[in-house]
Amino acid sequence: MMMMLDTLRRFWGRKMLYRMKISLVLQILIGCINTKAQANSFYNHVSQILKYCNSRCLAVVPQGGNTGLVGGSVPVFDEVIVSLSSMNNIISFDKVSGILVCEAGCILENIMSFLDNEGFIMPLDLGAKGSCQIGGNVSTNAGGLRLVRYGSLHGNVLGVEAVLANGTVLDMLKTLRKDNTGYDLKHLFIGSEGSLGIVTKVSILTPPKLSSVNVALLACKDYSCCQKLLQEAKRKLGEILSAFEFLDGQSMDLVTNHLEGARNPFSTSHHNFYVLIETTGSDESSDKQKLEAFLLGSMENELIADGVLAQDINQASTFWRIREGISEALMKAGAVYKYDVSIPVENLYNLVEEMRSRLGDAANVIGYGHLGDGNLHLNVSVSQYDEKILSQIEPFVYEWTSKKRGSISAEHGVGLMKANEIFYSQSHETVQMMASIKNLMDPNHILNPYKVLPHSITS
Amino acid sequence: MKIMVTVKRVIDYAVKIRVKPDKTGVVTQNVKMSMNPFCEIALEEALRIRESGLASEVVAVSMGPSQCVDTLRTGLAMGADRGIHVEANDSMYPLFVAKILKKLVEIEKPGLLILGKQAIDDDCNQTGQMVAGLLNWPQGTFASKVVLDKEKQVATVDREVDDGIETLCLNLPAVITTDLRLNQPRYATLPNIMKAKSKPIKKFTPKELNVDIKPDLEIVEVTEPPKRKSGVLVFSVDELIEKLKHEANVI
Repeated sequence: MMMMLDTLRRFWGRKMLYRMKISLVLQILIGCINTKAQANSFYNHVSQILKYCNSRCLAVVPQGGNTGLVGGSVPVFDEVIVSLSSMNNIISFDKVSGILVCEAGCILENIMSFLDNEGFIMPLDLGAKGSCQIGGNVSTNAGGLRLVRYGSLHGNVLGVEAVLANGTVLDMLKTLRKDNTGYDLKHLFIGSEGSLGIVTKVSILTPPKLSSVNVALLACKDYSCCQKLLQEAKRKLGEILSAFEFLDGQSMDLVTNHLEGARNPFSTSHHNFYVLIETTGSDESSDKQKLEAFLLGSMENELIADGVLAQDINQASTFWRIREGISEALMKAGAVYKYDVSIPVENLYNLVEEMRSRLGDAANVIGYGHLGDGNLHLNVSVSQYDEKILSQIEPFVYEWTSKKRGSISAEHGVGLMKANEIFYSQSHETVQMMASIKNLMDPNHILNPYKVLPHSITS
Repeated sequence: MKIMVTVKRVIDYAVKIRVKPDKTGVVTQNVKMSMNPFCEIALEEALRIRESGLASEVVAVSMGPSQCVDTLRTGLAMGADRGIHVEANDSMYPLFVAKILKKLVEIEKPGLLILGKQAIDDDCNQTGQMVAGLLNWPQGTFASKVVLDKEKQVATVDREVDDGIETLCLNLPAVITTDLRLNQPRYATLPNIMKAKSKPIKKFTPKELNVDIKPDLEIVEVTEPPKRKSGVLVFSVDELIEKLKHEANVI
């Protein structure tokens, strides 16, 4: 029990180590839900806990897989931790419609394995899939690698069961593709990071697993080539495009230096940018033809300097490991300051270049991300955390993003880290309205306090 | 000197294999097929030998249905110069492959024949040995290192065997089968994929080569191996001995 408390205290990164006094961790223990009676009895646990905490004004922080990157599930002061991890049952799956209903504590990778057996896939995929839980994914509106093809969780989540601060259970767990009856409240819980209610069950639409997957890793000489390649890919690959990721030369170097077994497929030459394209379709030969034609055409037009096409699943996994392993490599390289911004695609890389010239030799600035969605993961890798370096990065990175009318958090959420910075991406009127909704749904402010909304508004 | 390499189209190594409900084989419908990993290594070795100047041409050979051309295209994209497709719709057992290879060797006259040590679908590990026997050529199987001497016309092969590494010296022409640690195969790069489109693939049929491939083996049944049972906790040495004696029957 002590070891677990310790893990829960220190899980999140090393930038903001919150070693707080955790007095109480409540793990919701759920057995198999076979009967309605049992089902009714289990979610009463979360409901009862919140009802009690609300009556005593005890703050609560919900926890899932603890893979968040903005401190959204870190207890800040004396919050009671409510861990959803034991609620990991898959409740039902409709093989015709692909609609899955499961509890919030199901680990994403486990759901993926289950669906794989049934011939379906999850509409989202992220590097943290081995630990992150679907409740957390929904609560943070996680993006990931396949958003360019399947869209965001706002589109794929069909229903949610959530518990409000006062213990009221909102059963909005529909399995309907279309339902225009009143205000669609489930959207309030998707992305509000546990500040409006605790998500306990999710119903999600899963796409069928298509047999033909192709992955290519391409080398580009500059960022504008990457951009033009994206335009061409959307046009020429259209409906089979399932991922479009980019990483700069510095990211590739980091991965090959720090990740075991990772090697650069273009070992003989150094390139400035790399793009990973994945296509998913139903016809192996026609997809491969389409992809090859697109790649060869792009090569002739000098959009690509070089490229490799995976010939089997193993090679495809190797290419993905390079992209997905950047976070791991960053952790091994030392300390890292992580930023996740959404900027108009044409300006995306300028932020990396400006940050690089600002910090000079003091840090290794790398940029990579979901180019297909205009999402840049800017990471500053240093040997040790240093306030001086931080002052050079913030608030510059937020101001820069704000000037371009971008989002200071494309997919990672706001959590604790960026709560006070929300004004860089939202107007005062909008944030006021958010606060009004918060006051309505959680008048005692017990749900995940100090997060999401700026302290100036909520105190 | 010409090098001939065989490449087999098999179910991709990373796919979870399922047995067909009628137990006549495994499910291959809608399942990803790729080049046998050992064949990739064989082709890579041939390419490296050519690149070091000790060979002039690498010919890739595949036998089976029309989709084998895809596997040959991958081989050509890796760098092979030409492809040969022997079209046959029946199962290609090692003896038939060996007999057909003998005929192709008589036509092409390569100085070296490199194969993967086994295919990951049938795990036979027989073709290389059989063709060496049919051709009366020396063989170096499970190669983990190959060094060619053009002048002396010999190949020095390190073989991975149970007691360690055995080094053999073979007179060319010879047959070599490759093991995992021989090399790391290259990726198919776009410029090479482009070049591969214009490389020729010659077609043959077993009939044209005068080889009878009527199967003399019949697959009676294919079943999954028994699922692993969970372990049992024992609480005393006596209990352990009792279980080993009467349940596991090992003492």
